[in-house]
Amino acid sequence: MSNAIALGQAADEVTDRASARAFVQAHIAPYGNEFERAGRLPEQLLERIGAAGLWAPFLPTEVGGAGMDMVTLGHVHEEIGRGCSSVRSLLTVHTMVAWALQRWGSAEQRERWTAALCSGAALGAFCLSEPEAGSDATGIRTSATRSGGGWTLDGVKTWITNGQRADLFLVFARTAGSIGAFLVPRNTPGVTVSAIPEILGTRASMLGTVTFTDARVGPEALLGPSGFTAGMMLTGTLDLGRYSVAAGSVGIIQACLEACAVYSNRRTVNGAPLRTLQLIQAKVTDMVTDVRAARLLYEEAGRLKDAGEASTIMATWVAKYFASTAAARHASEAVQIHGANGCGPDYPVARYYRDAKVMEIIEGSNEVQRITIAGEAYREMNL
Amino acid sequence: MSQQAQDQILGFIRSRFPQVEIGEAEDIFQIGFVNSLFAMELVMFVEKTFSVTVPNEELRIDNFRTATSMAALVGRLSPEAVGV
Repeated sequence: MSNAIALGQAADEVTDRASARAFVQAHIAPYGNEFERAGRLPEQLLERIGAAGLWAPFLPTEVGGAGMDMVTLGHVHEEIGRGCSSVRSLLTVHTMVAWALQRWGSAEQRERWTAALCSGAALGAFCLSEPEAGSDATGIRTSATRSGGGWTLDGVKTWITNGQRADLFLVFARTAGSIGAFLVPRNTPGVTVSAIPEILGTRASMLGTVTFTDARVGPEALLGPSGFTAGMMLTGTLDLGRYSVAAGSVGIIQACLEACAVYSNRRTVNGAPLRTLQLIQAKVTDMVTDVRAARLLYEEAGRLKDAGEASTIMATWVAKYFASTAAARHASEAVQIHGANGCGPDYPVARYYRDAKVMEIIEGSNEVQRITIAGEAYREMNL
Repeated sequence: MSQQAQDQILGFIRSRFPQVEIGEAEDIFQIGFVNSLFAMELVMFVEKTFSVTVPNEELRIDNFRTATSMAALVGRLSPEAVGV
């Protein structure tokens, strides 16, 4: 079904916000609703993303990346999120896997996977959530048991973005008394994937449930030492995921703003354009204000990442919380401004609305974010 | 091991947990406040402040239990940075 979607021509390398916007305008934004209806992204688009150098541009040039700084990466993910949150979601989880491999992988692991992750020859997925463990990551039950010099994995991971399509799973599993992170190729015997249909939002992100049944991998599957490092790997990868989601949420707000400006300029009520109504102006004003504020927050988090500052982690929490809640709020208002048209398939705002809700849940629910952010506030004030 | 490095590390930890008296030999993981988020911040602080990269083989909890053990780690990774 994906092949039936005719995409735009030519994909140039994406190096900054402007080239990302041009790429999104040509290959993503006009097709977002079609991707959603198809419930998946076309292979042709995935190839174009690779040709544009978008899968892992933050990796060093010597391993196939572009050495892109984090602020620019945020700009790119914002632009892609403006076009389609499902595409941005794929980039988010792929980014998390590629970054973890670069940060904690052995020379052998990097040799095997880095180039393929850079080009998109192999796509990554992040496997943490389970049917009974979401925000409570310590509650995971998937086990990794030493056997025959390697590891045997058993358990179920669900809500896995790109689970249907990914070639490489980064799997967090319980080891003897600890937690380990494992690189598990999709074609490992004992690994099965089932699609999750009827999802609320990011419907084209090819969500899957990944089941490991006596899935045996070699000793080289363990990424970094287990225990202390796995905890940090979880924190580090989720931090990067949150950063991408924050940027993508800003993209949703920007998309809402652009859609509403165009619609309210054209649509008339009682002989005058919607834009002349002050209640509409108020909604548009709030979109303008929040998109700027949310953008500044993630850019600040990105600058701190580029500087290697530990404070980036809390800055990213704040950015993601603000951007995702603002996206949900403004996507709701965008549907409201479009009226009945906003509820149908002819405009993109219903998709923004569905996608925005997901942003409030993934990579740390808003409730968990508030607990963390408030805790930091009290700690800073020595209370 | 550099006293300066130890003091800098201790200063960072105290700034994050000002409500607790923490000595240079105190096991911060036994205090009960440390989670994986702070562990990540700690590693980032060490790497940024002392211009080192902590390799996988040194990413052990014992290397991060006390300001003293972290300063020793910094010394091993970048002797010139701490003047030993």
